Amino acid sequence: MHARAHGGGRSLFEKIWDKHRIRELPGNRDLVFVDRHIVQETTSALAFDGLSRAGRPVARPELTFAVQDHIVSTAPDRDEDTNPGGRELMRAIRSNALARGIRHWGVEHPRQGIVHVIGPELGIALPGTILACGDSHTATVGGIGALGIGVGTSETEHVLATQTLVLPRPKPMRVSFEGTIRPGVTAKDLILFAIGRLGIDAGRSHAIEYAGPVIRALPVEGRLTICNMSIELGARLGVIAPDDATFAYLAGRPYAPAGADWERAVAAWRDLSSDADAAFARDVALDCSAAAPQVTWGTTQDQVVAIDGRVPDPDGMLDPERRRLAAAALAYMDIPPGRPIEGIGIDIAFIGSCTNGRLSDLRAAAEVAKGRRVAPGVRALVVPGSTTVRREAEAEGLDRVFTEAGFEWRSAGCSMCVSINEDVVPPGARCIATSNRNFENRQGPGSRTHLASPAMVAAAAITGAIADVRKVLG
Amino acid sequence: MQPFVAFRSVGAPLNRANINTDAIIPSAWLRSAEADLARGLFAAWRFDADGNEIADFVLNVPPFRTARLLFAGANFGCGSSREAAAWALKRFGFGCIAAPSFADIFHENALRNGLLPARISEEDLARAIALIEADPNTRFHVDLAGEAITPEAGLPFRFAIEAHRKEALLRGDDEIAATLRHGEAIAAHATADMAERPWLYAALAPDAAREKV
Repeated sequence: MHARAHGGGRSLFEKIWDKHRIRELPGNRDLVFVDRHIVQETTSALAFDGLSRAGRPVARPELTFAVQDHIVSTAPDRDEDTNPGGRELMRAIRSNALARGIRHWGVEHPRQGIVHVIGPELGIALPGTILACGDSHTATVGGIGALGIGVGTSETEHVLATQTLVLPRPKPMRVSFEGTIRPGVTAKDLILFAIGRLGIDAGRSHAIEYAGPVIRALPVEGRLTICNMSIELGARLGVIAPDDATFAYLAGRPYAPAGADWERAVAAWRDLSSDADAAFARDVALDCSAAAPQVTWGTTQDQVVAIDGRVPDPDGMLDPERRRLAAAALAYMDIPPGRPIEGIGIDIAFIGSCTNGRLSDLRAAAEVAKGRRVAPGVRALVVPGSTTVRREAEAEGLDRVFTEAGFEWRSAGCSMCVSINEDVVPPGARCIATSNRNFENRQGPGSRTHLASPAMVAAAAITGAIADVRKVLG
Repeated sequence: MQPFVAFRSVGAPLNRANINTDAIIPSAWLRSAEADLARGLFAAWRFDADGNEIADFVLNVPPFRTARLLFAGANFGCGSSREAAAWALKRFGFGCIAAPSFADIFHENALRNGLLPARISEEDLARAIALIEADPNTRFHVDLAGEAITPEAGLPFRFAIEAHRKEALLRGDDEIAATLRHGEAIAAHATADMAERPWLYAALAPDAAREKV
């Protein structure tokens, strides 16, 4: 066992991690078992090639799921050829999965969707498990109490060959969300608020547990949104202790335990929380009572402001590095220093992604869209996070709410979050998005991105400019 | 993986914090397993919309076009997990990135590709940038075994690297082969876990009925 400086209490992260540790390796690294593995088309092709070159089998193909999500077309009637630029990688994952006996859900499959959306939605990710995926937003599954570890292609190959990972052991960190949130403030606003306060590398080499009354009161899909953006805090992963809301969310999911197995599983899951005397390498509390809906103004996620605030004036910033970064970001974003964030005109509104592409996100956006119209000149897209979400949204008529308001209703995929398919923001255009990265050129060369919640993005689509959803809804 | 060999090179200065993997290799270069990643490296900063070089970007400036050592700001490699970021840096010719800190996933990806992520202090970064500004042709000796980057004239910049990671880089270890040597322990863990948490595996058993939507 690793030496610990405290009296023996363990954090939730340590309890799950220790249970998966097969060996301690030199240099504070552990060999850990991976319960579930999801591979996607843009980071797996060379992992399969590597296995073939070395003549290695896939150790446990039944524990891996292969999904097309990143490069897929989101056209309503798409197939594997709709976006010719995606054909090579889509065919590669299909043939690799077939050759290796791995389940494969391509664009045609009813369970297809963004890897981080389908994990919890289908019960592939379960409390107390370790799930690996070749994508940095794998921490999303922390929202149901799993450790989601985002990895590169070499580590994807490592999981395929061994069903394990060799990882530096992250240090436990806790972020407690205290207070009572105001109306109009969602999980997305809370995590943006936290990143704004803590910075984009606050969690580096740490596993963050999100705690406190505000987290406890969040619905499960909101918890998934919080954990999704752990990488935007620089953390290796993020996790939230499961509770009755989690168990209710998972009950009956296709790959969740059923019958007597379900009762045994829930009994085990009830032990998944941090001990009262657990020690954290870093322990921070945020008072969320004053938080308003958030919008990013810059090119990193900590460059964020409340909707009733102003973008900064770099001349007034004391820290020279922050001043330089702010000035560069405002220049790239083409926003004058010190102006109010509200009222900045937009060209595109994007609702979707692993951050905010779940049914509750679409409901929140539809509540704003209902009976209103997308502003002239604005392109507004709704891209469900999975084909299951799309089906469920259509069953309750959300697709019609959106299309009647002038939004495009598209097929499931990563779409304009990673913009590796045909969903690209044109050079110089300004997009408000429910996704997770506002980096320079992220949504296409010269694209400008503002991050916000689904309701705020819908409000901007209606207004034609960044808007306060609380005013739009009156 | 090829063993890491010490080398001498000019140092390209890219002194900004939070250089993310989208900047290192834009997503347009991820559409094919055979993309020209050396061309894609920092593409949005290196080339204009017509594909012409942007003259004042550091990697387009003569002494740095063939640099094998990059000095960069803190939190290098943040964002997307794309290992193509490490591949692109390697294929361009870089063997070492020296920065005050690295994002976790990039750090792991670099080590698995024989690309040395050398953590140097902010003070040493500033000193390196000043040396390069004074003489862009200054060459540095990048010595993993000695854990130092040493300019031709001046004191070495020390970096710390965990001993086993260093040995693995110097030998060019195949990490999968190393893990497979723990095969019995992995199998024993899996068997014990299936006994303790059978419910975790029952739903994944091949069963046509369960596979239906």
